[in-house]
Amino acid sequence: MSIELTNIRKTFGDYVALDNINLNIENGELVALLGLSGSGKTTLLRIIAGLETPDRGEVRFHGEDATSLGVRERHVGFVFQHYALFRHMTVFENVAFGLRVKRRAERPVEAEISRRVHDLLKLVQLDFLGDRYPSQLSGGQRQRVALARTLAVEPKLLLLDEPFGALDAKVRQELRRWLKRLHEEIGITSVFVTHDQEEALELANRVVVMNNGKIEQIGTADEVYHRPANPFVHNFLGNVNLFRGRIENGRVYIGDTPVEIDRTGPRVEGATGTAVLALRPHLIEIIPRPNGRPSFPAIVTSINPAGPQVKVELVAEWGDSVQVDVGHERFEELALSPGARVFLRPKQEKLFVYQI
Amino acid sequence: MKRRDRVLPGFGLTLGYTMLYLSIVVLIPISTIFFKAASLSWIQFWTVVLAPRAIAAYKLSFGAALAGGLIDSVFGFVVAWTLVRYEFPLKRLIDVMVDLPFALPTSVAGITLTSLYASNGWIGAWLEPLGVKVAYTPLGIVVALTFVGLPFTVRTLQPVLEDLDKEYEEAAATLGANRLQTFLKVILPALVPAQLTGFALAFARELGEYGSVVFISGNMPFRTEVVPLLIMSKLEQFDYAGATAIAVVMLIIAFSILLLVNGLQKIAGRRLMVT
Amino acid sequence: MGDESELYAFNYSGFPGAESAPTRRSATSDPLAVRIALITVAFLFLGLFLFLPVIAVFIEALRKGTGEYFAAISNAETLSAIRLTLMTAAIAVPLNVSFGLAAAWAITRFEFRGKQLLVTLIDIPFSVSPVIAGMLFVLLLGVRTPIGAWLYDHGIKTIFAEPGIVLATIFVTFPLAARQLIPIMQAVGSEEEQAAIVLGAGGWQSFLRITIPNVKWGLLYGLVLCNARAMGEFGAVSVVSGHVRGYTNTMPLYVEILYNDYQFAAAFAVSSLLTLLAIATLVAKRCLEGRVAPVKKFEQDVPENKAAA
Repeated sequence: MSIELTNIRKTFGDYVALDNINLNIENGELVALLGLSGSGKTTLLRIIAGLETPDRGEVRFHGEDATSLGVRERHVGFVFQHYALFRHMTVFENVAFGLRVKRRAERPVEAEISRRVHDLLKLVQLDFLGDRYPSQLSGGQRQRVALARTLAVEPKLLLLDEPFGALDAKVRQELRRWLKRLHEEIGITSVFVTHDQEEALELANRVVVMNNGKIEQIGTADEVYHRPANPFVHNFLGNVNLFRGRIENGRVYIGDTPVEIDRTGPRVEGATGTAVLALRPHLIEIIPRPNGRPSFPAIVTSINPAGPQVKVELVAEWGDSVQVDVGHERFEELALSPGARVFLRPKQEKLFVYQI
Repeated sequence: MKRRDRVLPGFGLTLGYTMLYLSIVVLIPISTIFFKAASLSWIQFWTVVLAPRAIAAYKLSFGAALAGGLIDSVFGFVVAWTLVRYEFPLKRLIDVMVDLPFALPTSVAGITLTSLYASNGWIGAWLEPLGVKVAYTPLGIVVALTFVGLPFTVRTLQPVLEDLDKEYEEAAATLGANRLQTFLKVILPALVPAQLTGFALAFARELGEYGSVVFISGNMPFRTEVVPLLIMSKLEQFDYAGATAIAVVMLIIAFSILLLVNGLQKIAGRRLMVT
Repeated sequence: MGDESELYAFNYSGFPGAESAPTRRSATSDPLAVRIALITVAFLFLGLFLFLPVIAVFIEALRKGTGEYFAAISNAETLSAIRLTLMTAAIAVPLNVSFGLAAAWAITRFEFRGKQLLVTLIDIPFSVSPVIAGMLFVLLLGVRTPIGAWLYDHGIKTIFAEPGIVLATIFVTFPLAARQLIPIMQAVGSEEEQAAIVLGAGGWQSFLRITIPNVKWGLLYGLVLCNARAMGEFGAVSVVSGHVRGYTNTMPLYVEILYNDYQFAAAFAVSSLLTLLAIATLVAKRCLEGRVAPVKKFEQDVPENKAAA
């Protein structure tokens, strides 16, 4: 089922949670709503579910207006951040709940319910835990029960609110892969909320980057990481160095160094003014002396070996601090130490220019 | 505990004072009763405790406290629910007044209820033509006990209701349950421990109630005499032995309920203290 | 270095932790008809059981007119009853509050075996019927008992006299202050007191300057509850007093005497004073509850206290 959100606006008193949100989600997609706390992502998810009502705007499922429908009528599955499993019911009873509260006419017989529940528990690999209570399960297991419970009523849409937020890093990774496989198997349209960009990039077909109630960018993982639309997105997904610079007559200057711009980035020909230049730490080259390509001087301030890369911190000639990630071999070749004077060459094709 | 481990001073002083005070005020008086009871022979003890008049008093006390406790549980639930979930005028006033039975002296409650429900009272006069007599009947005792036990059920339920996470209801709604189904299958089961605790506390209090009951009951042995009244009656006749025997029975029951409530709260804590 | 802050200024906000949490309500509210029905039931029930009696007290008190009302509350016997009530409270309450402070200090600041048992023992007076409570002291201090006989020989009357009333009152109000102080002293934690000791304060100084101000609202709350019960106790006091008019009657007892004497208006007149006291207690309780709860909640949320809990 596809989702169309048009001009959604939501306020809580004076607080604007969502400001004019427009978003279309294709049938069968797995979409991530990515942002910090307060960005509005959870509110948006709840509006899709019907747990909140927008002040303005429409929610459509497959073209049909759903804005006036209550939660029950929307047939969406919702997995809560803390699972909301019914503590006084066993795992089996939790998963069976949605089937047992159906209207008489639609309710399957108990044998059928039992079969479906067991199939689902098998699907989430918990079929031997049917008689346990939620208190006896681990976080990861509870999460899977919550998922099974939602899938039992065959919703047309699956909504997940920070599904892995409360789990350990290892469990999170496992469940991420597991969820991706599950989605490929079932193919249900899914939207999940997260503040973890790694999670969003790994799982989602498309990522919706949100900030302060607005959508900053919608795109595939590739697009939002390598072709960010603005400094916020650029900085939110991975690290980035930001420099103040100038544009004069189509040429871009970092400090005093003229630099060629990204051919796919925003056009600045003929433009003049200040600009923000963004460059990821691993896309800057450290060279002992200028070699003809544009570069600027800097002094090493500290060196932090960090796993596969060495993170070198420097101060540029004009005072901005810069972080450069260098591979180990290159680092050894350069033989850097704090106080060393070097030159930094941006890999021009990767420099982003945002005009202010 | 080694003395070195105590940073803060005053352990000896405070614990000593506490134990001394506790002993003088509570432990010694309580043990007096058991000593006195022990001075009776078994035959004497059982004769008093199982006398027909006493049995009638037990039945009445239990029955009336049970009825009062149940009424308090049902209506106390309604009151707690509306106070926690809904907004309406005078809500704060009602919330404050729920504790009135705690704060009001029992004799004041007793005479007021009696005058209200007597044949010529505001309510009694209205009920009498319908054939319902309240004052000087067991029904009157139930009314008085309902008054006394009300805060226990409401105040035990309120915090539990307030702490109920809305997410459970939302989850049930997304799974297709209507409000009634959600209430019966999701909300109510979570409240059972609090309901039981509230009932037990109200019941225990109502068993021992004296002041509110002594006026409205009429104190007729075998008809409207509850156990505290029976004890009082024996005291007035200087039958200390008899009074003690019955008091011991009451104390054992009261302590048992206290232990039961503690146990209930532990179970509730274990089962439900989980995400 | 440099002015990076400016670069960030135009688009950066909502850092992790800046959670402003609006409350959610839709999808979990009950149908209007249900709401109205339940509220009506609550109103009717409480109206019948709580409000009606309160109104009745005042109407009955003024049944013979305001002249009689003031006469009833100002005659010698009434004043004597008021005096005894106040005196009893003035003795019982401070004693029980001092006990509450000592017990709370011992229980929440130290580890020792039998702590749980101690807490359970403190709760005993709550489970004891008032009549039995009074009877305890008759058995203990009555003229025919060893202690009572000794006291009598030395001219000290306890039972059927004021001291007995005070003792019975102390018994029934015994747990009230402690039950408030223990959780609040638990919640507040002992770091500040330890800091004071390290800085050189003595035990009493730390207690008076640090502990007391921290628990002052809980202390007041316990005091209010203790006082209300002390002034309003009937059953226990009824057993130990001699029902001798003018001498051994507190106000609640006096109400009974007037009522049994068919002096209804006077009985309700005195009751009206007690009712006003009860209402004042309820109001004070509500005001203090507002102060006590935030302290408890705040201290609970502190990470160290969470770890310790």
